[in-house]
Order: sequence, then structure tokens, then C-alpha cells
Amino acid sequence: MQHIVIIGNGISGVTAARHIRKMSDKRITIISAETDYFFSRTALMYIYMGHMKFEHTQPYENWFWEKNKIELKNGFVSKVNHKANELVFSDGETMNYDKLIIAVGSKPNKFGWPGQDLEGVMGMYHKQDLENLEKHAPDNEVCKHAVVVGGGLIGIELVEMLHSRDIPVTFLVREESFWNAVLPAGESGMINRHIKTHHIDLRLGVNLKEIISDENGKAKGVVVQETGEIIDCDVVGLTPGVSPNVDFLKDSGIELGRGVKVNRFLETNISNIYAIGDCAEQHEAIGNRRPIEAVWYTGRMMGETVAQTICGNKTEYKPGHWFNSAKFMDIEYQTYGWVFGQPKEYEQQFHWIHQDDTKCITISYHKDTKEFLGINTFGIRMKHEVFDRWLNEKRDVDFVIEHLPEANFDPEFYKTHEKEILSAYKKSQLQTV
Amino acid sequence: MSNKLNHSMSLANPDANGISTKQKIALAIGFTGLFILVLALFNTDLPNQGIFLTVSLGMITIGTILYANDAYLTKHEGIKNDQVWFKSISSRGIIGWLTGVGLTTFYIVLYFYADLLGLGTNGEANTGLVALFDPLSRLLSGNPASQWFVYGTLYTIAILAFGYKFILKYRHNRYQQIRTVSVMFFQLGFAFLIPEFMARLNSESFKLPYYDLKNVWPLNYYNFEQYRVNEFISAGNIGLVLLIFGIASIFIITPILTYKFGKRWYCSWVCGCGGLAETAGDPFRQLSSKKLSAWKLERWLIHTVLVFVVVMTTAVVHSYLGDDSSKYWLTKKSFLISVASFLTFVFAGVMIFKRKELAKDAQYGAIGYFIILAVLMGIHFFSGDGKIFIFKAETLRSSYGFAIGAIFSGVVGTGFYPILGNRVWCRFGCPMAAILGFQQRLFSKFRITTNGGQCISCGNCSTYCEMGIDVRAYAQKGENIVRSSCVGCGICSAVCPRGVLKLENDKLDGRINSKEILLGNDVDLMEYVNKK
Repeated sequence: MQHIVIIGNGISGVTAARHIRKMSDKRITIISAETDYFFSRTALMYIYMGHMKFEHTQPYENWFWEKNKIELKNGFVSKVNHKANELVFSDGETMNYDKLIIAVGSKPNKFGWPGQDLEGVMGMYHKQDLENLEKHAPDNEVCKHAVVVGGGLIGIELVEMLHSRDIPVTFLVREESFWNAVLPAGESGMINRHIKTHHIDLRLGVNLKEIISDENGKAKGVVVQETGEIIDCDVVGLTPGVSPNVDFLKDSGIELGRGVKVNRFLETNISNIYAIGDCAEQHEAIGNRRPIEAVWYTGRMMGETVAQTICGNKTEYKPGHWFNSAKFMDIEYQTYGWVFGQPKEYEQQFHWIHQDDTKCITISYHKDTKEFLGINTFGIRMKHEVFDRWLNEKRDVDFVIEHLPEANFDPEFYKTHEKEILSAYKKSQLQTV
Repeated sequence: MSNKLNHSMSLANPDANGISTKQKIALAIGFTGLFILVLALFNTDLPNQGIFLTVSLGMITIGTILYANDAYLTKHEGIKNDQVWFKSISSRGIIGWLTGVGLTTFYIVLYFYADLLGLGTNGEANTGLVALFDPLSRLLSGNPASQWFVYGTLYTIAILAFGYKFILKYRHNRYQQIRTVSVMFFQLGFAFLIPEFMARLNSESFKLPYYDLKNVWPLNYYNFEQYRVNEFISAGNIGLVLLIFGIASIFIITPILTYKFGKRWYCSWVCGCGGLAETAGDPFRQLSSKKLSAWKLERWLIHTVLVFVVVMTTAVVHSYLGDDSSKYWLTKKSFLISVASFLTFVFAGVMIFKRKELAKDAQYGAIGYFIILAVLMGIHFFSGDGKIFIFKAETLRSSYGFAIGAIFSGVVGTGFYPILGNRVWCRFGCPMAAILGFQQRLFSKFRITTNGGQCISCGNCSTYCEMGIDVRAYAQKGENIVRSSCVGCGICSAVCPRGVLKLENDKLDGRINSKEILLGNDVDLMEYVNKK
């Protein structure tokens, strides 16, 4: 019986395993050194906040794996020996495979800051990071102040987590406005203001110079590059993005770039080895996507796709229209299609913001053809299926804004804003004509 | 990070975050109000009961309101689940257990030892706690209080005060607010005030049974007992209208509303059990078990109770009907035949039209159906002297009243809130929920829609589902949630951080949409796999 080995029990690896099991009776083993069972990484924050316990973040009950004959192996793979189709674990144990799927995800970036390895300095990615945070920031007595460095999605989650325990937080963001490499100015500005209404000390346009140690090798403060200011703190969160967790594959003969290089079939240069999820790097980017996509949804889609190939239905990885979502403190965010933080030269954007400063949308369209290109929506839920259809049908922006009520996904009895959006849009068109 | 529950045995400060000074004051006010009730319970001689009762209930209400104001109005609108699993009360810590034991004791006393509460027996005047409520009872119905009046008043206060708290907790969510106003209204008006006013109409020549109009059989399993039916009939037109309303509720009103809105119109908008669960019980919703084994147990238990109540009610009605059709059109025989025909009609309809949707459950449905039919025939052939088989119909009724009406719905159903979650009765026991759920699963426009491929499997929806539905299991497959047990409280949708879930009444086409590959991936692949 063919043995399929998957390194990594995150969404990508587990999705691949589930689909392979649906289609075949191959032997499947999932390896992880992080946890015994699959959990939702995106939910780690809620454990610290007390919304859930760790077990709630596990989408399948523990009997699921045995029942579906998916073997789970707790171990750290230190080497892949592809000529012998063999994995070597850190304790020296080995395991053979017929096909190998690398789904090892990411690791937090560290940019060589002085003091980045001190006690009390941590990323927020692994379950172990959460345990570390619980140790250093159990409450606002032990952790009187925290500094979070890095203005992305994980950064703001870490800020929200610390805030939930009434720990005062300073949030150092390198950019002039929060996440403005991705979000257009109007949205990014609204999120800046929202962060501040939660009494977070948001510092924009500043860099971390170094982290200062106390006499015991524990962080006691940070120095701001631009001003030289020293901010006292007990915990430093470093969240300047993630990169593929592929160090163990150096010199393995598997082609690496920043991640594991794969073709559109998610195959590496070695014929029976595949890579999916955060750690996979496309030779060439697909459409407007990045060659490495560290997103839950794309990891899942790659898992769905590679399972087909492994089970004999060779399938190209063809993600559909881009979509994503996040939550910034109390404000939910969804995006469908492409809306760029710095508009492309062909791109025109219509922005509407509600007077309460917690809801806004940005609709992107082609300035000549008026073709609808994408939407960002904050504080108003919208339907994935409807925008996917409109993007397929290449609807123009007028159609989309007139039919916006069709896409509304807010709970029943919510106030709707489509009329106001429509009239704001009409007004904006009069001004530009 | 500990995965264990909070087992801190400290009573002084078992919570991760202390509570604010204002909240402490609010708690002190509320507990002082409760303490007055305790004093009365121990027969402390309270002069001017009316004033003490007002002060007591007022302080409980004001304490809750002040607490809620400080807990929610000082913060942004949004989801307020911080620290839920760290607080002793809401994570089966020591305070949770103590609350559970306290509530359970209260229910046992209420149902079985009402004299301990001060209920006057044999015409004696009330004493203690019950006596404290006499002035209010006299004001409303003109009669002295009973233990049920005490319970009803406290129940109503709980729904109103904690309903206010719930509205503040969800002040960004109009669905939650409107729904809560609805349960507060039905509790105060239909369950509490109207029956008391109806009692005022009673005189020597005219008597209506105590009737909470929104309480539909089989939830009020006693509605068609002989004494009640006699009272309805002898009360003339009004009584007859009420009796017909009771029957129409079962066969006409309920099915129509459930078809249009799902069972939520009742369970989380109208019902009193649901009302308490959604307000005072809200802090315990995350304690319900989401295990598959709990779901299996739930389906066996709730349908067993349903079979029990159908048989019991049939037997009771059968026992007081006559044999002679010339005296009254409804006889023992014709009644049994009509019950059997109705069940056969429903059973055949489901088997013919909905067999596929039921899949394996169809077998269990068939078993239940044939058991009931066999029992009905048994009743016909083997009854005599008011006996059915070896039991008296009255024995059947009182066993049901004891095991289901008192122990299951009261002692376990509410007493165990802090241990098993706030919908134990609704989920495992309520026969009304079983009927509505059966209909919701098969003949309703209601569903929870999943938003394409946006689910991140975080688990908030499942954790906060009071009915123990593993909502995420559906959402992460891009599948709509169509479950008989769903009471449509809408909390899964509220707590979802990515806007994935929406409660809707929509077309029947595509209501159940099983998927393997979610929206967002290769279109050809999605079609290839999902149609396989």
C-alpha cells in the first residue's frame, strides 16, 4: 500500500489528508512536533482572551483520526533524504514514504534586532508562543506594559489579546498608517482611529532599534529608532510577518527559494515530493497573487488540489478570485477581488465611510472600462458567492453598486447602508465627470 | 497555558480579572435583595411584607442593571466573551458548582417540599417566603400566593433583569435585541400577568383553568387533562375558544410559523424556558457538550420523551372519554382511531416525500411510530377499569409529571445550567422542541447560511452554541446548517469573527448543500468533486 507522509498538521496538510482519504485507501501519516492534533491556528488568540479553550480550537474530535485511518506522528523532521525516500527525525528515528507532502507552514520573521532572543520577547504563531505569552503576560501585575512591533494582522491580534487582560500596550508600526501596504488610505486611517479608541498607544512611522535586557536576560524595554525614546515593558511581541519554515530542507536537494519551489501542480523538483500552504513558493506568481501566500484559505485550496494529483487526477492549482478576511479589534473585514493599497495605474477606487467611523467600503474598478475589480468591506458583511459571480460575469461598477443589497450578509434586522452608498457613489461620479 | 478548567478553590477572587468597584457595589445591592428573600424563607418576621417584597425585588433588579451598565456600557460595542473560560462562574469553577447546587436545591424544594417555603396547607395562611409574596399575588389575582406564584415572579424578574443585561451585551446586534425584547414581553405578559388577571375573572359559577396561552402541548403536557377540559367546557364560549386555541396551536399555528421562520419563532422568541435560557442562562451557553456522543444521546432522549408524552396524553384523554357515541361524538374508540390516523398520515408523508433527507434516521422514526401504534392498539384491547395494561392512566400522567415535568425540565434543566449549559432541557428533553425540530429539519424555510469559503475553523460558533451543535463542522465545509435542534438564537452568527454565518428564511431549493470543495478554488475542480 502506498504510504503518503505529510509533514505539518495545519490546515493545508490536514485538508490534503482528508481528501486523499476520501478518494483512496492509501496509508496516510501526518507528522507534527507542535501539537498532537490539528487545531485552528487563527483561533490561538481566543484561547488567551478566554473565549475558548485549546480543545475548542480543534475542528475534529480526537477519535476522528483513527476512525479515518489517518496516522498521527509526534516528531520533528530534521532531514529529508529523498534518494532513499526517507525522513530522519531529530531523535534519529527514520520513516519511509512513497509520496511526501511538505506542509510545514511559516515561522515568525526576526530581523536581527539586538535583544530579539531575550526572555519575554516572542512572536505569535505557534502554540508554544501562546504558552510563552501566558507565562510572561498572565495579567497586568506581572506584565505592566507590553510593546508590539509590526503593523500586520498578527500584530493587531496580539494587541487585542493583551488588551483583553487590561495590559497597556504600545503598538509600533513602521508604516505611516496601519497595514497601508494592503489597505487603501481611507480604510487604514479608520483602523488607526479604531485602535486608538481602545486606548492603545499606537505609534506610526517608527522602527524598533533594540530591546534592552535586565540583569537576568529578560526584556525590560525597547528603544525607538527615530526618537531614541526608551519604552519600559515586560513583554515584547515581534510580529513583522512570517516566512516559510524550510530551514530543515537546506542541502536536501529539494529546490528552495524563500520557500519550497513548486510548479502549478504543487510538485517540487523531486518527482514524489509536493509542497503546499504557507511554505510553498510558486515559480511564477499566479495573477495578482504573491508567489508565497501565507493565508488560511490558500493553504486549504492547495490541500484540496494536491490530494487530487496524488490520487491520480492530476490537477493544476488554480485559485479562483482572491478573497480574504480579518478582524481588527471590533471591526470585521472582508475582501473579494483586488483592491490595492496603492492603486494601480489602471485602477479607480470609490470609498464610502459611515459617519460612526466603524464601517466603510472601497470598491475598485477599471478607470476606462469601469469593470468591477474588487471590494474591501469593513463592518458590513457581504456574500462571497455573489462577488465571485459578479467577478466572473465581469460586471461594471454601476451594476455592482446598484445591486449591492443582493450581496448583503449582515444578520437580520441590521440597518442597511446600500442606499447611502449608492447616493454617495452617484455624487462622486458627478464630481469626476 | 493550561487547558484545564479553572479549578481554583479560592472564593475570594477566583477570576483572572477582578471586577470593578461599581460592579462590586451592584453585586452587593443585588445580593442584599436576595438576602431579604432568604430572611423571609427562614421565617424572619418581616413587618409590612409589601414593602419588603418591593425592596427585595427592586434591589435584585437594580443590582443587575447597575452591574450590566458597568460591564458593557463602559466598553465598545462588540463581542464580549473576554475571560469567559477564566471566570469561575462560567467555566465550572467553584462558584459555578456552588450555583448549580444552590439552584438544584431550590428546585427540589420548590417541586417536592413547598411547605418549606412557607406554603400554607389545609387552608392555613402562608408563612415565610410564600407569605412575603402574598401582597403582590392579592394585587394581581386577588388570591394568596402559592409556591408557583413565588417561582413565576422570580422567573419573570430573572428574564427581565438579565434580558436587560443581554441587550446591553449585544447592543451592536439588533437581531439579539429584538429577540430578547420579545421573550421579555411574552414572559411578563403571557406567562405572568394574563393568567393572574384571568384568575380574577373566576367566580363560583365561572372558572377558567390557569392558562399560559403561549404554552403549547406537549410542553404543557397537562393541557388536556379531564379537570382542565371540564373547566374549559363549562366556562362557556370563552372556555371553548381557549380549548380550540390550544388544539389549533398544535395543528395549525405552530406548523405555519415553523415553516416560515423555523422553530426559533418559538424556542428563542416566545417560549419561557427558552426565555430564561437566553437571558439568565446566557453566561453558561458555552458549557454544552459538542461531542458526537452527546448528539446521539440527545436524539434518543428527546424522542423517547416525545413518544412518552404522546402515549401518556392519549391514555389520559382515552381514560375519561365514554364508549357511547350517541352521548358524545368523541368516544374512546374514535379518539384512538383519529390519533392513529394522524400519526399514520404524518409518518407516510415523511416516508414518501422526505425519505432521502432522513437517511438512516428513517429507521428510528419507523421504530418510534410502530411502538406508538402498538401501544394505541394495546390501549384499545387491554384497557378496562380505567387501567391501561397494568397502569392507570393517572399513574402514567403522574410519572410523566414527576420524571419529565419536575425532574428533567426543572431540577436538571435549570438547576444544572452552570454545569451542563443553559439548554439542557430544550436539547435533551423538551418534546415540543422535538416536534418543532422535526418540522424544521424537513419542512421549513429556515437555515443558517454559510458564506462561501470564508470559514477559518476557529470554533467560536461551536463553542457558543447552547444546543451543542458543532456549527463549525458545517461552516468549514461551506455547508448550510439545517439541524432540528437549532433554536435560532443567532449567537453563532454574532460571534463569528469572519462574517460567515447568517440566519435566514429562504427558498427550499439549495437549503441543504453538501460540498467537498469550497468556493474560491478551481471552478472545474469544485464541480468535479462536489458533483461526485
